[in-house]
Amino acid sequence: MSEMNAQTVPYVRESMVPQAEPPVTERGAVKWMRENLFSSWFNAILTIIGLAFVAWVLMHIVPWLWNSIWFAGSLTACREIRDATWGAGAPSACFAVITDRWQQLLLGFYPSELYWRPITALVLFGVAVAPVLFTRVSRQLLWFSAVYPVAMVWLLWGGTIWPYLLVIAGFALGVPAYRIGAKAVSPLLGVVAAIAVPILFWVFVLPPLSGALSSALPIGLEAVPSRAMGGFMLSFIIGVSGIALSLPLGILLALGRQSHLIFIHAVSVAFIELMRGVPLIVWLFTASLLLNYFLPPGTTFDLTLRVVIMVTFFASAYMAEVIRGGLAALPRGQYEAADSLGLDYWKAMRLIILPQALKISIPGIVNTFIGLFKDTTLVVFIGLLDPIGLSNAIRATTDWNGIYWELFIFIGALFFICCFAMSRYSMYLEQKLRTDHR
Amino acid sequence: MSAIPDQPARDKFQLSQLIYDTRYRSLTIQIFAFILLAIALFWLGRNTVINLAALGKDFDFGFLGQRAGYDINQSLIPYSSASSHGRAALVGILNTMLVAALGCTLALVVGTIAGVLRLSNNWLVAKIMTVYVETFRNVPVLLWIIAFFAILNESTPSPRDFGENGDASLLFGSIAITNRGVYIPRPTPLDGASWAVWVLVAIVVVSIAAIIVYRGYARRQQQSTGRILPVFRVSLALFFVPAVIAFFLLGMPLSLDYPELGGFNFQGGIMMRNSLIALWLALSLYTGAFIAEIVRGGILSVSKGQTEAAFALGLRPSRTMNLVILPQALRVIIPPLISQFLNLTKNSSLAIAVGYMDVRSTLGGITINQTGRELEGMLLLGLFYLVLSLIISAGMNFYNSSIKLKER
Amino acid sequence: MKTSVFLGVLAASGLTAGIASAQSETLQEVQDRGTLNCGVSTGLTGFSSPNSNGEWEGFDVAVCRAVAGAVLGDPQAVEFVPTTGQTRFTALSSGEIDILARNTTWTFSRDNDLKFEFTGVNYYDGQGFIIPKDLGVSSAKELDGATVCIQTGTTTELNLADYFRSNNMEYEPVPIETNAEAQQQYLAGACDVYTTDASGLAATRATFEDPSAHVILPEIISKEPLGPLVRHGDNEWGDIVRWTLNALIAAEEYGVTSANVQDMASATGDNPEVNRLLGTEGDLGAMIGLDADWAVQAILAGGNYGEIFERNIGETTPVGLARGLNAQWTDGGLLYAPPFR
Repeated sequence: MSEMNAQTVPYVRESMVPQAEPPVTERGAVKWMRENLFSSWFNAILTIIGLAFVAWVLMHIVPWLWNSIWFAGSLTACREIRDATWGAGAPSACFAVITDRWQQLLLGFYPSELYWRPITALVLFGVAVAPVLFTRVSRQLLWFSAVYPVAMVWLLWGGTIWPYLLVIAGFALGVPAYRIGAKAVSPLLGVVAAIAVPILFWVFVLPPLSGALSSALPIGLEAVPSRAMGGFMLSFIIGVSGIALSLPLGILLALGRQSHLIFIHAVSVAFIELMRGVPLIVWLFTASLLLNYFLPPGTTFDLTLRVVIMVTFFASAYMAEVIRGGLAALPRGQYEAADSLGLDYWKAMRLIILPQALKISIPGIVNTFIGLFKDTTLVVFIGLLDPIGLSNAIRATTDWNGIYWELFIFIGALFFICCFAMSRYSMYLEQKLRTDHR
Repeated sequence: MSAIPDQPARDKFQLSQLIYDTRYRSLTIQIFAFILLAIALFWLGRNTVINLAALGKDFDFGFLGQRAGYDINQSLIPYSSASSHGRAALVGILNTMLVAALGCTLALVVGTIAGVLRLSNNWLVAKIMTVYVETFRNVPVLLWIIAFFAILNESTPSPRDFGENGDASLLFGSIAITNRGVYIPRPTPLDGASWAVWVLVAIVVVSIAAIIVYRGYARRQQQSTGRILPVFRVSLALFFVPAVIAFFLLGMPLSLDYPELGGFNFQGGIMMRNSLIALWLALSLYTGAFIAEIVRGGILSVSKGQTEAAFALGLRPSRTMNLVILPQALRVIIPPLISQFLNLTKNSSLAIAVGYMDVRSTLGGITINQTGRELEGMLLLGLFYLVLSLIISAGMNFYNSSIKLKER
Repeated sequence: MKTSVFLGVLAASGLTAGIASAQSETLQEVQDRGTLNCGVSTGLTGFSSPNSNGEWEGFDVAVCRAVAGAVLGDPQAVEFVPTTGQTRFTALSSGEIDILARNTTWTFSRDNDLKFEFTGVNYYDGQGFIIPKDLGVSSAKELDGATVCIQTGTTTELNLADYFRSNNMEYEPVPIETNAEAQQQYLAGACDVYTTDASGLAATRATFEDPSAHVILPEIISKEPLGPLVRHGDNEWGDIVRWTLNALIAAEEYGVTSANVQDMASATGDNPEVNRLLGTEGDLGAMIGLDADWAVQAILAGGNYGEIFERNIGETTPVGLARGLNAQWTDGGLLYAPPFR
């Protein structure tokens, strides 16, 4: 055959032809554009509209940003600088208001010589949440996370250290109370004792004892009133405490809603629907306008604290619904397996059901957190100086009266960074927890 | 069961059983909880009574009948400053429902489009939609409401620019977009032709009924024979053709009342206030970003095999979407969609930021402030939102259960 | 002693949070606490706003400082509680604040129905209109059909409704939450007219890019006596606030300023009225439960009424208000402090 071929075929290629480049439409940027931008006439139209839109937006924003003025004492000074540099009436952002007031927007009226305290609290916050967020971080740190809330309150509000130590001591008392109660009578009594003993301790022992210790050994930090806390720090405090407190409450409510005890079930459902059915702003007004009607005459307690409580209630109702979804998603077999092992209700929940249900509901929980954090801006309506409230106050000074977008862009960017980070974390978790392979 | 020895007999009831016996323990716990709750409620109620007495106030809804004394710029029902506080509250309630209904509709449209476009194979469009979803989801809605209001005010001309010296002009010669609101022509019946308008309305109603009947017929046809009748085109024709023919046969009984610049403002036409538009757009785009994610998640939740199977059966892409993907995706989409609609409705209470007079601004704002009736006002306000939320979620749950996969 | 938030939580759960009886003396509470809780506006140019160091400044703020000076001897011992138009009255009636100095109009129903005690007038105001010059309007009577920006939660919306109704004119109200927002609306042309207290109008116009392009119409459509107020039920406290304000006004009348008050108070002078005011003669301070030098401390806090006015809203400031009705009665104004005797 080979000889035949040699005769019949006059030319046989002896070496490979070097691979030709694909046609120009099938390679590089052109191919990418063909596939991703102009794959059909409809896509082409969409692309053109999209390009026009982006160009239009950039045309309006870029010159304004490009001409930004960062250093000036007032809006009038800003305008003078603009007129001198870019010509009268040129679009120009006056970010000088941010350089002038950024400490206020971030930390409110916190005394400037004590700025190290919120900053330390923030850094420690990072350390405290790390073991909660990432499983790779050492588990030992969880002890620090448990103590952190008390430490944060102490760092921010100051005062002598004794009440805070005694609060921790109260929690510590709960453990032996549970052990003794559970051993002597029944686990139920143990739980009751674990709740009652610390509360009794805090109510009756703590105030006189901490008073005595404080006067004997006044160790502590300079006290800072809640009013001094404002700006982004206030949003952060309300957001973080709301988040931390609403999770346990939400779990209890979700369990209550699933409970077979009719009364408990009814109360949980009523609470959840009531909280979810009414907008947060109405609850905040309730906290600021009405709470005094419901408490004993003459009671006053901190508005920030009232807001935190309301926000916690509100978020816990949402949290309960998210966790209920997780509980419902667990196969019935898990409940039955726990029962057949002879575990009592709390053991079954703690060891079998909740770990799985919470894992399923983590993305929803994080989304609730994001919503809660964004909702902290509503406190402006009851006169707390969150970033938006401060922006109003700043615009009321003669220096900065009339400034607008710069403040809102700054505030919006701050919120975006925090919320975007949280939502990315939620996606990371979703990826990590996804066990099916689709 | 009765043979089990450690089961105590009913007649030998001991007090300790209340704690140790699971049959009674749940009862004990519930009664205990009930007593605690009752004490707490009694305590709150008693405090309220004492506080009200100390402040010299009473609990009385009589203020709803008093003269309100303030004006409301947007009202669906007749209202003036001489009307009562109760009527002002009603105006606010209607305004809340108006913006909630408009917002839910637009949010659904925006969210669906954005969700589908985010999955588009057009890189640019998908990226733009990602940016849209992320920026709107991660910035508080209050900021968006304020920003939209400011954008509308700063980018649109004020009515005085439409005068001789101004540079603004009407869109299509009939629509005025100003920084106070958008004015569109109002159709008004010619003199003595109001009967013809009623005929037209009747024809439209009949057309809509015909469309519903036809759709039902088409669905039955498809289910029994597999033949797919054109639905969209026929519906469109059924809606417009009779109405247009009748309009001309009746001698064009409608004229348009164009907005005209008179005095300080445009007169005539229908006006939609900027505060409403800003609130509407901000709420819709904000909620739309969430809905986009829900829609995207819903579509992605339908496994790829379903699409491939549909293609293998020879269905065209649009049919695949309508008949295979969407019905399955909807089941995932609807429940979170309900809560988004509820959120939008509740977020409409931020209307005060742009001065839109919703129920929180009238009843929960000016009325409470003028009368000092915080307790009664907030109670009514909370009750209204609660009822509205429960109605919306009941309606949506009903719809949800009707499309739910019927499992055994 | 300041209760921390954490203690507050515990106390609230123990249902014993800082119970103080409503009958107790506000003065006693303030002195025990060591600070005066003073409700101010969340931000109103010239009247109350925080500066870049976070210190509150303004005309209303100065009243709080004077009271703190009189009561505590330290004008800095004030905690400012920003309140909105909506929350201000509840904050006062609940005891969250001891005194509300927030541009609040003294009206019959607020005094009686809302159970507050107005302790005098620190600024006589009236509701006016500002309008762009190029609209060619010279009187509020020509505003038929105009779109009007108003601040919600104030008496202005009621006055406005009454005014247009009684003059048989139509208008479109645009209710706005804050002054800053309303100003932005007005400048963008979203409303033809902005109406608020005349003092606010002047303060607002002062910060415009081109103030001369806007006119304030001559009509003042309402009486707005603005003053500090306290709760019903503690007359002694009301007296302290009332007479602190009167002391500031009287100090201006008698030429007592922050510069010379210490000299004048160091020895008994020629004018017996001034002597009684400054505590060098008689014991007026003891009658209201304060030290003899209470008025000296109040005046030291920020000067007499005239000084406070000039520094915060007077003609030399960007706000640029003339004294007008707020001049001493001897100069044709309405300020008339009752005799100190």
